[in-house]
Amino acid sequence: MVRELSIVLCGAAGQGVQTVEVLLVRALGRSGFHVFSTKESMSRVRGGNNSTEIRVSEEHTEAFVDRIDLLVPLNSGLRKNIWKRLGPDTLVLGDREELKEEFASKEFRFLDVPFLEIAREAGGAVTANSVAAAVLCALFRIEFEILDDLLKERFGKTPEVLEKNLLSAKKGYEQGVRLLEEGVFALKTPKPDPNWRPLLIDGHKAVSLGSLAGGCNFVTAYPMSPGSGVLAFMAQNASRFQIVVEQVEDEIAAVNMALGAWSAGARGMATTSGGGFALMEEGISLSAVTEIPLVIHLGQRPGPATGMATRTEQADLELALYAGHGEFPRVLFAPGNAREAFELSRLAFDWADRYQVPVFILTDEYLLDSIFELESLPVESEPFSRHFVETEPGYARYRVTENGVSPRGIFGHGRGLVRIDSHEHDEKGHIEEDFDVRERMQKKRMSKLRLLEAAALPPTVKGDPQAQTKVFCWGSTGPIVAEALDLLGREDVSMVHLKQVYPLHPSVRTLVEQARRVVVAEGNSTGQLARLIRLYTGREAEHRLLNFRGHQFSVEEVSEGLGKILEGGEPE
Amino acid sequence: MNPREYDIEPVDLSWCPGCGNFQILSALKEALAELKIPPQEVVLVSGIGQAAKTPHFMKGHIIQGLHGRALPVATGVKAANPGLTVLAIGGDGDMYGEGGNHLLHTIRRNPDLTNLVHNNMVYGLTKGQASPTSPLGLKTPVQVEGVISEPLNPVALAISQGASFVARSFSAETELTKDLIKAAIRHKGYALVDIFQPCVSFNKVNTYKWFRENTFVQESSPEELRDRRRAMELALSGPPFPLGILYREASGRPSFENLLPAYRRNSEPLWKRTPDRDGIEAYVETLR
Repeated sequence: MVRELSIVLCGAAGQGVQTVEVLLVRALGRSGFHVFSTKESMSRVRGGNNSTEIRVSEEHTEAFVDRIDLLVPLNSGLRKNIWKRLGPDTLVLGDREELKEEFASKEFRFLDVPFLEIAREAGGAVTANSVAAAVLCALFRIEFEILDDLLKERFGKTPEVLEKNLLSAKKGYEQGVRLLEEGVFALKTPKPDPNWRPLLIDGHKAVSLGSLAGGCNFVTAYPMSPGSGVLAFMAQNASRFQIVVEQVEDEIAAVNMALGAWSAGARGMATTSGGGFALMEEGISLSAVTEIPLVIHLGQRPGPATGMATRTEQADLELALYAGHGEFPRVLFAPGNAREAFELSRLAFDWADRYQVPVFILTDEYLLDSIFELESLPVESEPFSRHFVETEPGYARYRVTENGVSPRGIFGHGRGLVRIDSHEHDEKGHIEEDFDVRERMQKKRMSKLRLLEAAALPPTVKGDPQAQTKVFCWGSTGPIVAEALDLLGREDVSMVHLKQVYPLHPSVRTLVEQARRVVVAEGNSTGQLARLIRLYTGREAEHRLLNFRGHQFSVEEVSEGLGKILEGGEPE
Repeated sequence: MNPREYDIEPVDLSWCPGCGNFQILSALKEALAELKIPPQEVVLVSGIGQAAKTPHFMKGHIIQGLHGRALPVATGVKAANPGLTVLAIGGDGDMYGEGGNHLLHTIRRNPDLTNLVHNNMVYGLTKGQASPTSPLGLKTPVQVEGVISEPLNPVALAISQGASFVARSFSAETELTKDLIKAAIRHKGYALVDIFQPCVSFNKVNTYKWFRENTFVQESSPEELRDRRRAMELALSGPPFPLGILYREASGRPSFENLLPAYRRNSEPLWKRTPDRDGIEAYVETLR
């Protein structure tokens, strides 16, 4: 039996839950545990109640579960979405002084730990979060030196703050050791693997580092959650990687500036969320007609309009698929975890340059804010290649070629002139209204779709490819469905996860045709992938498992939903 | 260099006979020729409108993009390759209307760009509607009772927001226009040249005659040009409207691309660079 614990930390914004999360996740990773964490937060800078789930296991996990084995509420006012996840086996580790009457009834297994008192004695009440982290470290038998190192890494720049936190952590750790000695901590913790020391990387960093590995050297954005995590990472590392990062006046400037940069040979990305992306739409169309490559990172959150700023959804597939007036080819990648986010972001820059089309990296708040463990990242696995040419006199930017890709010149490289136009144009980029030229140019641009279809990435199939029931999913829902199938334990059900949602790989058609029952599980209210599958295969999915509450599916929810479908009933 | 080296053949100019755009086009070619900047080093960026077609009618790299968006595109080009001479060219509707927000923030950002605005106080491409600089009362097919919004004062706006170079010309004053374009290109930072230009088809108020009667060339010493209060007074004055450089900041303020960390240790344009995969590997290892 694999031992695994799901820890949930709750606290108000500004209370340092994130510090506990970072310290604990890294301490667990450095101690050889398998770890995954995901958080949900309210759209406020102070107060409220946010939560982070940390899964500690003897095996790899990368999905959100409802089950809570250990709840650590740092403040009172636990929200409904957490209450309903508590079960009879949930152990609550909290400070009676802070929580007052909360969890006082006998139905809870409650362990009182005086976080505040310890913090006040050691470093002041604000260090209660370090106390909590240290207590938990002790309970997982993590060596104090590991926590000590992490605190130094986190607070090293301000010696006073470090000193207080170290002292608090020491006292907290002692308290944790006492709980173990007294035998009051009843949960069985997983066994660490001394040979396991994973990379711990959230979606923001995975997208950013993948982009950098793909040669991204120009980033523009107007801040908007959850797309701005990538902006912040790139800005904080602009000097290290010698790249241009600019926070611009609006998303329209973001996309246009990125296109200007690409046309001078940079590799540019605009990062945003749905509302900001809506403003970029005309720029997508500009990328298409001018055949200037472009990469857009679209971190989805619930809409319409402002929607829910800090929450998650997968409802912008069709927005990205149809954005921009006119008809033109494009690519939509939808990574399911940090590794895919890294690999697909790297590939996005290569494909944008190679095929001269807009490429989208479709993520969501859940993926971006989750921390995944990885043995390594394949930074060097693909050689870097450029796809522009040195121009000669007489150069024609839009030369009609067999495959539709014209050799792309850039400003300032070669003796030719690069003439780029948003109108319909002739081969030299001059405004043209001749009907024959129009048809030829539109065909040329659209013919790149055939290249993209030939290059499309195959879906990941988990389980028997011949299984009667196939669950199709995309993006961050993939790992959740994968674990739900494990939980379900049925051999007649398999998963098809799409990390590229457009153009679809030809095997999608075969997989759909071979299934007796097609289920589509996705994070929106209407079934956007289900519609795309119908468009491509003519097959209407028999069942749709949809979630649009603002939080990702849990493993249990998908498993139960599938269970009901298999019994013949419809999910709620 | 001979300005003819910027001529492009064959060319089918779509402007109306007598349009002020012809004068601006020839002044631009002459300015570039006198500065000896070969077409391979010039990027002409424009949006949409009659003025925005200018790049099509001469040699140089060009990118004609979306209405109102020339400035961010031009900023992107310049930031990706600071060695290029980048001009953003358009009309009053393009730069001051649709692109107004970019104007404000390009002024703040101060990239080393030359921004030529052919200001004819009316929409030409879409056939005669009011523009942001149309005078009060101008009757058009849409503003049938006359314009009721105050005209935008682009030079005063630019000076008030800290633009480092602000000038105004009149298209018929071709020598002045050429000299101002040259000064703007030489200026290291954002340079606005607002150029009064008659629209012979749609603006029957602001004609050649009207501009001649309502403008004068203002001479200024280099010291006077550094005086922002004086510049503001000139910008707010008129009619008659002063032409010439109205404000030029003392040199020394770094332009946008000069402040970017991307160029601190490496002056190569971005296209010559490869990803720092060793650096990425090293960073990734800190995530354990």
